[in-house]
Amino acid sequence: MRTIHIEKIIDAVEKLCMDANYNLNDDIYNALVKAYKNEESEKGRWVLDNIIKNSKIAKEEKMAICQDTGMAVVFLEIGQDVNITGGSLTDAINEGVRRGYKNGYLRCSVVNHPLKRVNTNDNTPAVIHTEVVPGDRLKIVVAPKGFGSENMSGLAMLKPSDGAEGVIDFVVKTVDKAGPNPCPPVIVGVGIGGTMEKAACLSKKALLRPVGSESDDPDMAEIERELKKRINKLGIGPAGIGGNTTALAVHVEYFPTHIASLPVAVNIGCHATRHASCEL
Amino acid sequence: MPLDDEVINTLKAGDMVLITGTIYTARDAAHKKMIELLQMGKPLPFDVKNQVIYYAGPCPASEGLVIGSAGPTTSGRMDKYAPALIELGLKGMIGKGQRDDSVVKAMIKHGAVCFGAVGGAAALISKSVKAQEIIAFEELGTEAVRRLEVVDFPAIVVIDRYGNNLYVSGREQFARMDDRR
Repeated sequence: MRTIHIEKIIDAVEKLCMDANYNLNDDIYNALVKAYKNEESEKGRWVLDNIIKNSKIAKEEKMAICQDTGMAVVFLEIGQDVNITGGSLTDAINEGVRRGYKNGYLRCSVVNHPLKRVNTNDNTPAVIHTEVVPGDRLKIVVAPKGFGSENMSGLAMLKPSDGAEGVIDFVVKTVDKAGPNPCPPVIVGVGIGGTMEKAACLSKKALLRPVGSESDDPDMAEIERELKKRINKLGIGPAGIGGNTTALAVHVEYFPTHIASLPVAVNIGCHATRHASCEL
Repeated sequence: MPLDDEVINTLKAGDMVLITGTIYTARDAAHKKMIELLQMGKPLPFDVKNQVIYYAGPCPASEGLVIGSAGPTTSGRMDKYAPALIELGLKGMIGKGQRDDSVVKAMIKHGAVCFGAVGGAAALISKSVKAQEIIAFEELGTEAVRRLEVVDFPAIVVIDRYGNNLYVSGREQFARMDDRR
């Protein structure tokens, strides 16, 4: 058994919240620069230029890339030989979020109750997804999720007979309907298979994959390419004001499913799809 | 800013503008409260006549800054509340994304425009804010109503007072029709 004290976890989460919100990852930055070069719309290039300049300011001045610093979504991979000491792991994650958002001058956007809606003023609680894995390490990913894009998500329990074409149609329709709202150019996370909640979790996890990477399954990689092509023909463009850059990437994650169903979930990430990770 | 009909009438969807003057932030919770005030016959925190509302909830300002990152939020969530404010003389709204028919109808009838700011360009936009003051609903935190003094705030007219809509025309220009569905 390897022991990890919660103070180490609190510190790590605090730093990751700031890192994710200030520093746009290189893969997305490079994709934006490439999109700027290829965008046909003059206004679209102006939008992309603003977005690129914005990410430089955020990095240099340690400011939030976007004022919607999101709800903190935290993915944990806990080695089965890890023993957490000093208190509750959930409390430690939330304390890290609390410190990160306060000390990092990040916006607190969480309300205590979906209907009563009083701001908790420390951006807690985080949404925590935990997976137990072999080994004695603890991997933490902090992925702040803005809700302009989150609100444009969709889920369908398709019929097995709908097949790949049905999946593609649903994803394209979801992005089409979202239009300018999720701050295009977007990253489209798609989860196929499993159960309802498994598909949804996969679609969120798909947003963590580096932009430019392909699914390791050839059929899924083909669907990713087809989706990107179809989405970029919609004409939505940067900021939704017209152009040929609507999606920077489409990532598909999948899981075995039931004989009766073909679940598909779409989670849209904005051009500032943020995530930072560390291993303890 | 503020805006009058003479200026409003000249603005066309697709025009790129730099906004200078006084604007007010308000988003979901502040709009809900403002409409409740109107329903009770009470005055609004500021007279909306000829004014511009920026749909935004900024980050806190770190030391030495006027304001933290301050980009636009999705305008459509304010659709339920906007027509009543337009009727009272609100001339402009800055946000991102589509509006519903009731808002566009009110804009055409009373003369108002919808500006689009670049969603997510929040650190860049914050540089055009030269002063801020909370004027109402401080308890709402980031959702409080703020008076902002802005200089050269970059935006695009996305829906003009005649109902022309850049989100529609821009898409049509770049969509490959064979794949539209």
